[in-house]
Amino acid sequence: MQLTNRSKQVSNKQMTLAERAYLPAIATGLAITIKHFFSKKVTIQYPEVKRYLGPVFRGRHILKRDAEGRERCTACGLCAVACPAEAISMVAAERVKGEEHLYREEKYAAVYEVNMLRCIFCGLCEEACPKQAVYLRHDEFVPVFTERDQVIWGKDLLVEDMNNRYTREAWTKEEARALDAKRARGEATNVVPRAIP
Amino acid sequence: MDLVEFLVKTVTIVVVFGLTLLIAMYSTWAERKVAGFIQDRSGPNRAGWGGLLQPLADAGKMFFKEDFIPALANKWLFIAGPSLAMLTALLASAVIPFGSTFRIAGHEVALQGVESNIGILYVFGVVALGVYGIMVGGWASNNKFSLLGAIRAASQNISYEVAMGLSLIAILMMSSSLSLGEIVAQQHGMNWNIFYQPLGFIIFITCSFAECNRVPFDLPECETELVGGYHTEYGSMKLGFYLFAEYINMFISSAIISVLYFGGYNYPGMDFVYGQLVKAFGTETGHNIATLIGTAVFFGKALFFVFFYMWVRWTIPRFRYDQLMNLGWKKLIPLAIFNILITGAAVLFLKPVITSWLN
Repeated sequence: MQLTNRSKQVSNKQMTLAERAYLPAIATGLAITIKHFFSKKVTIQYPEVKRYLGPVFRGRHILKRDAEGRERCTACGLCAVACPAEAISMVAAERVKGEEHLYREEKYAAVYEVNMLRCIFCGLCEEACPKQAVYLRHDEFVPVFTERDQVIWGKDLLVEDMNNRYTREAWTKEEARALDAKRARGEATNVVPRAIP
Repeated sequence: MDLVEFLVKTVTIVVVFGLTLLIAMYSTWAERKVAGFIQDRSGPNRAGWGGLLQPLADAGKMFFKEDFIPALANKWLFIAGPSLAMLTALLASAVIPFGSTFRIAGHEVALQGVESNIGILYVFGVVALGVYGIMVGGWASNNKFSLLGAIRAASQNISYEVAMGLSLIAILMMSSSLSLGEIVAQQHGMNWNIFYQPLGFIIFITCSFAECNRVPFDLPECETELVGGYHTEYGSMKLGFYLFAEYINMFISSAIISVLYFGGYNYPGMDFVYGQLVKAFGTETGHNIATLIGTAVFFGKALFFVFFYMWVRWTIPRFRYDQLMNLGWKKLIPLAIFNILITGAAVLFLKPVITSWLN
């Protein structure tokens, strides 16, 4: 059975004198390596230059607010249930009168914590969330931490900053794939990143 | 030897010593840079401009590492090993002619540490001593793997020294002198030995790769087979000395290659440049400037071969040990003897014919 069309018949024939002398082969090898010496370098100078990770890359977590700045999370706990690593925990609280501008639903997460050592960035929390509140950013990693108290990320780090909202060109995988397809056809140019409303 | 000559010699020796160390230091940087470039990376570029401070950072790191001597090691020999390696590596630079002569206040001083009429013998003697550094280090660590690595390294060095010496005999037959200065002077005017001794050159450069323990002959440093070879038990600056000695060896052997086969400080159009400089600056300054240009050319050639060492490192995979020994004893030594015979015949029969024809 032939798997590829690159297979070669093995032969045991005697090497010619030029082959046994190694020198022509070494010269060819040297020519190849010196060609690479002058070729373009593929290194990306990481902290200065950051590579675009793609619309569906899963980086650091964010708890979205809606257009009016209210937290979308209703502390249903579906993300915590969906999480295979059990990294998410939360404490729900009831919204009282006068907090309507802070929380969109009547129930909200008083405490929402992600254990960054446990999280495997699978994105199941994103998919489980019925309120489109939890997202993994496509443009930012979880920063390196060295201390124990930096492991658990609370709401202070997770909730979106309204002055610097997290925007994306595509919010769902379907959208991202459709966008990719459009790009491939050359139809989509200048897609404006937007926050989900 | 009077005062001026003495002073010039002293300055030459100090400068040569410093330059050798500096070049060895920056060879470590260049090695990583070349490695990076050949593998389509950019190499170290964080410490300083283009990573130029990287050797200093490495040295600092090495100095601050724990200096550990195994309990059952022979303590004095354990320390003597890297020192010997370093010493023998540095000794050879004394007889290399880095340029022609300096004229100072009527004195004509050769730009060479020691003008020895047996220069090449001295180099070979010192290089042969380099084996002791490896052997003593491997034995003193009281580790079977180190000892095996050291034995391998020593037998490799000795084997290739034979072929190296034999390939050199052909040059000595042509130049009828053992003095490195004399050998270089005879290659004046593009009479470079590489054109007369291509086979000898190939043998010589192969053997110098083996002598410097460089890829494809870096068997002593076989981390997969012998943990780390002869320097398994070494850490901190002692390991640093071993590695540093390798880079010094590399530069010295590059210098020797350019002296023996590539005309040392000679370059095409040398006499024309010399005449112009003497006309412009007078016999003393002009001569000195011409010498400096020659020295720069010499370093250019030597550094090219240092680059060549690195270039080959990323091209050819490591030999297996039996292949290495086969190549040394069964191929290179017979080839070197063949080369001697050819050269002898040419010197005896061909040279008179060509000389009479040219005259």
